Amino acid sequence: MAAGATSAPQGVSRPPSAVAMALRHPGVIVGGIVVLVVVLMGLLAPLLGTIDPSSINPAARNRVPGAEFTMRTDTGERIRMTALFGTDSLGRDIYSRTIYGARVSLLVGVAVASLSVLIGLAIGLVAGFFRWLDAVVMRIMDGLMAIPAILLAIAMVSLFRAGVLTVILAIVVPEIPRVVRLVRSIVLSVREEPYVEAAVTLGTPTGKLLWRHVLPNTIAPLIVQGTFICASAILVEAILSFLGIGVPPEVPTWGNIMAEGRQVFSLYPHNIIYPGIFLAVTILAVNVLGDGLRDTLDPKMAKRV
Amino acid sequence: MTLFGYILRRLIGTIPVMLVVAVFIFLMLRLTPSDPAAIIAGDNANAEQVAKIRQQLGLDQPMLTQFFIWFGKVLTGDFGESFFFKKTVAALIAERIEPTLSLSLFTIVLAVLIAVPLGVLAAHRQGTWVDRLVMGFAVLGFSVPAFVIGYIFIYVFAIWLNWLPVQGYQRISEGLGGWALRLVLPALTLSVIYVALIARMTRTSVLEVLSEDYVRTARAKGQVERKVMFRHALRNAAVPIVTVIGLGVALLIGGVVVTESLYTIPGLGRLTVDAVLARDYPTIQAVILLFSFVYVMINLAVDLIYTLLDPRIRY
Amino acid sequence: MKPFKHALLAAAGLAGLTLATPALSQTTLRAVMHSDLKILDPIWTTAYIVRNHGYMIYDTLFAQDEKGEIKLQMLEKYDVSADKKVYTFTLRDGLMWHDGQPVTAEDCVASIKRWASRDALGQKMNSFVESMTAKDAKTFTINLKEPTGLVLLGLGKPSSNVPFMMPKRVAETDPNKQIEDFTGSGPFVFKKDEWKPGDKTVYVKFDKYKPRSEPASGLSGGKVAKVDRVEWRAISDQQQAVNALTKGEIDFIEQPSHDLLGGLKKDANVQIIESPQLKGQYTFRPNHLQKPFDNPKVRQALWYAFNQEDFLMANIGDAAYIKECKAMFVCDTPFATTKGMDGLLTSNVKKAQELLKEAGYDGTPIVLMHSTDLKILTNLAPVAKSLMEKAGFKVDMQSMDWQTLVARRTKKDPANAGGWHAFLTAWVAADVMNPVSRAYLNSACEKSLFGWPCDAQMEKLRDDFAREPDPAKQKAIAEAVQVRAIELTPEIPLGEYLQPVAMRKSVKGFLIAPVPVFWNMEVAK
Repeated sequence: MAAGATSAPQGVSRPPSAVAMALRHPGVIVGGIVVLVVVLMGLLAPLLGTIDPSSINPAARNRVPGAEFTMRTDTGERIRMTALFGTDSLGRDIYSRTIYGARVSLLVGVAVASLSVLIGLAIGLVAGFFRWLDAVVMRIMDGLMAIPAILLAIAMVSLFRAGVLTVILAIVVPEIPRVVRLVRSIVLSVREEPYVEAAVTLGTPTGKLLWRHVLPNTIAPLIVQGTFICASAILVEAILSFLGIGVPPEVPTWGNIMAEGRQVFSLYPHNIIYPGIFLAVTILAVNVLGDGLRDTLDPKMAKRV
Repeated sequence: MTLFGYILRRLIGTIPVMLVVAVFIFLMLRLTPSDPAAIIAGDNANAEQVAKIRQQLGLDQPMLTQFFIWFGKVLTGDFGESFFFKKTVAALIAERIEPTLSLSLFTIVLAVLIAVPLGVLAAHRQGTWVDRLVMGFAVLGFSVPAFVIGYIFIYVFAIWLNWLPVQGYQRISEGLGGWALRLVLPALTLSVIYVALIARMTRTSVLEVLSEDYVRTARAKGQVERKVMFRHALRNAAVPIVTVIGLGVALLIGGVVVTESLYTIPGLGRLTVDAVLARDYPTIQAVILLFSFVYVMINLAVDLIYTLLDPRIRY
Repeated sequence: MKPFKHALLAAAGLAGLTLATPALSQTTLRAVMHSDLKILDPIWTTAYIVRNHGYMIYDTLFAQDEKGEIKLQMLEKYDVSADKKVYTFTLRDGLMWHDGQPVTAEDCVASIKRWASRDALGQKMNSFVESMTAKDAKTFTINLKEPTGLVLLGLGKPSSNVPFMMPKRVAETDPNKQIEDFTGSGPFVFKKDEWKPGDKTVYVKFDKYKPRSEPASGLSGGKVAKVDRVEWRAISDQQQAVNALTKGEIDFIEQPSHDLLGGLKKDANVQIIESPQLKGQYTFRPNHLQKPFDNPKVRQALWYAFNQEDFLMANIGDAAYIKECKAMFVCDTPFATTKGMDGLLTSNVKKAQELLKEAGYDGTPIVLMHSTDLKILTNLAPVAKSLMEKAGFKVDMQSMDWQTLVARRTKKDPANAGGWHAFLTAWVAADVMNPVSRAYLNSACEKSLFGWPCDAQMEKLRDDFAREPDPAKQKAIAEAVQVRAIELTPEIPLGEYLQPVAMRKSVKGFLIAPVPVFWNMEVAK
């Protein structure tokens, strides 16, 4: 189909080869494997020797990694446990919280990436195709983009009730304009392709036009963009939690564990170190994956940054 | 079109952008369930006292009225009085600008000084372990949150080695040495992500330029490699580097918030967090407007520099 | 040379020419307080940081000494008529406002009036007052409708709102508006031009302050400012404040986190001072308007579900700083009693479950507000949630910052529509030591504080207490109040903790008092 499209990524025109290429790229392989491990870790958290990540134990606060402590189960039984990563100031097990923390971090990352890509795609398609809407929509997007993302997220999260959903939305809103711009630029260049112009003159319905000719061209760049959004969302979630305005603190997220530990950092650095490592490795993996995908699926973009 | 006309057109173009920002921020604040009046009234206030304060602040008026009162004043340069501090918002911002500006400039200078040589080095040694190391660091710098880096720096440089102060800011008027000394750690912390970004960009653009014909010619003519690097490659790579510095301003603004809270620097970033937590609407509105304005202006400036540096680009 | 320099500096200070940067021979005390100073009217708000600010720049008629006894401060003397209905107060000589004007009886009358229209105890006292008049420049009287012990209790009140004396022109400000003029007569002068919220607050010594001749004791006695300058630095990160103290970048931390004390104790340059008066009490506040907490039996179950140790350990963690204490009016105080507390607060889960069953609790989720930004409160709600769940409650814990909680707790809406069922907080012991000043006991239905307990009997007991001048009989009433409070459950006391202060060893002369004050303190050079 979009054989001669200048901005059409090769990924769409020759899907098998591009995908195969991507799968051979070391960044994609390494990043992908690490991300997969983290996903599995989150999914299988209950099976990895964890205890309830929010069960508190005031008698066993601030234990250093490797310390043993006694836990009382709901049935009144006393069991001895080893806190592999230590405990926090409520006596919660950092190991369990860190493993479970993968769930929220990934959920936020994936949800933000998919939501901003989907919403951005919809707005971008509309803006790119309907000239009369374009000006209005793009002015609004410019305005949104002018507000520094972190400030916007901070304001939104702390002013509305803090929850996972609020955090996701607060990170999505500032990401949307960036996606819209990307999609719109693709739409505009595709529109100028002779075969699309031909289709327009032939009176092809707009919906069909968008679906058949425009949409396929956006897939590869959006996958790449989505990966980077995912990495940045995980980071922003951690920053919000760290500033004390993110997901409710009892929810185990890497940012929350670190925020909880920052007050006693000099005495008990384990609260920051362990989740910090998991956070950094995950974001690193997603970024490496994104770099690899961009190099292979969207070489045009690779040249740009 | 003349350059002047271009600037004028771009300036006019920022008006609707700022308008959108103003409306958006205002709406967002008013649609929240929080109540600044209750916060101001204090822990033991009853409903009546809260209602009275709400009235004093004008928060009982219809939203549209509130907006036009506020916006009308903003147009005349009056950002109103803070709900909390017995000060005008303008005064609050004025006393916070110096630390933030110092931190930002210090960071940019530091970042450019570290990142550009690193990027050039990586490009020069493309494919070697040096290149991989630099690029690895760049991705890492992008992935580790600033506050984690900050804590590590504080622990190592301030507590363990005892070289630098752990926190605080000293105004330039109180001595240049103390000013710089207190900025080193925060600026280093903040610059990590920036170094990562600029190093990557520098490497890419230097590589691109190196592959262009005139550089190849220079090389073929037998010019010393170092000379080629500096005379041709770096100069032409300046354009994208300037762009990335401009783009990075958004990053910088975000980083300032975190870094300032970490190092207790009384700048605009902390003011924002404090104001948001206190629901100080006039201050939040003004600070976000200001940051957005700066962002828009810097992007405009970057575009201008772009056109000046690279005459091939038309306006 | 040196004395001459001092004289010069003093002269410069008198002329109001103090330099923006402190000269080298000046002594400065750099303190980190528990919060940033944003509001400057200690009558208008009850926030403790503003109260502390008040003690810097204002003076009080009476003051509590180290033992908690009320002593004369700005007063030379006071007399009570034989029928106990007329109080005559005489100011001591030499009192002066920061602007150089003498303090007059008229100033004091206006100040008491403003305070009495804001403060809970003041309002109660005011209901007994027939008139307040300035007789001459130095004497004023308070005429009562009937005798009450509240006049001294009120004017000697150590904590929020403290009846601080302000110049008449300031005290005549509408009590519902904040004052704009910060002239006091206390030992320090507020430097408005150097006040930068979020950065620092600066006070300088008031050279013309005439301290009493007695040595300083608690909040009473001679208030001698021994440093030239006090700076309150805003460092919101506890860890960073402690780092700064260790490195000597600051001199004093008002409320260091208990978790960090271990590290500070090892530091040879730092001292930690524990004052029995700097004590806090945790409390649980249910909302009586919301189902199922409208049912006394359900509220009763809470007394069995909770135990104090878990709350104290989870928040303070160090056995040396906590005290399980079932006396509502704070242990080791005149009205301390454990009457009615037998078997309560022991986490008797079975009994709690039974009570819930009898009450017919239908599993309505309890909306528990969890404040997350104040370290001293952060771990309270999770413990409450876990203990309540064991007792059979369903709990919906919602996290928010303290400011949001403060806004939300005033809402009477249903809990699932923006309202609430319960929250936890801490009182400073000095504020809750009797049935009248203990604000959460106010059970005047709509007129009581958020939570809105409604009980005629409780109100009558509190009135009786206010009217009773005899301390022995007051104690009996306080006991009855506690017993009634257990039945009614306007709140549940969850134990006491000590809040030590930390400072460099170079700082001397910290006073043991319910409020940290900065006179009498010295910094060695």
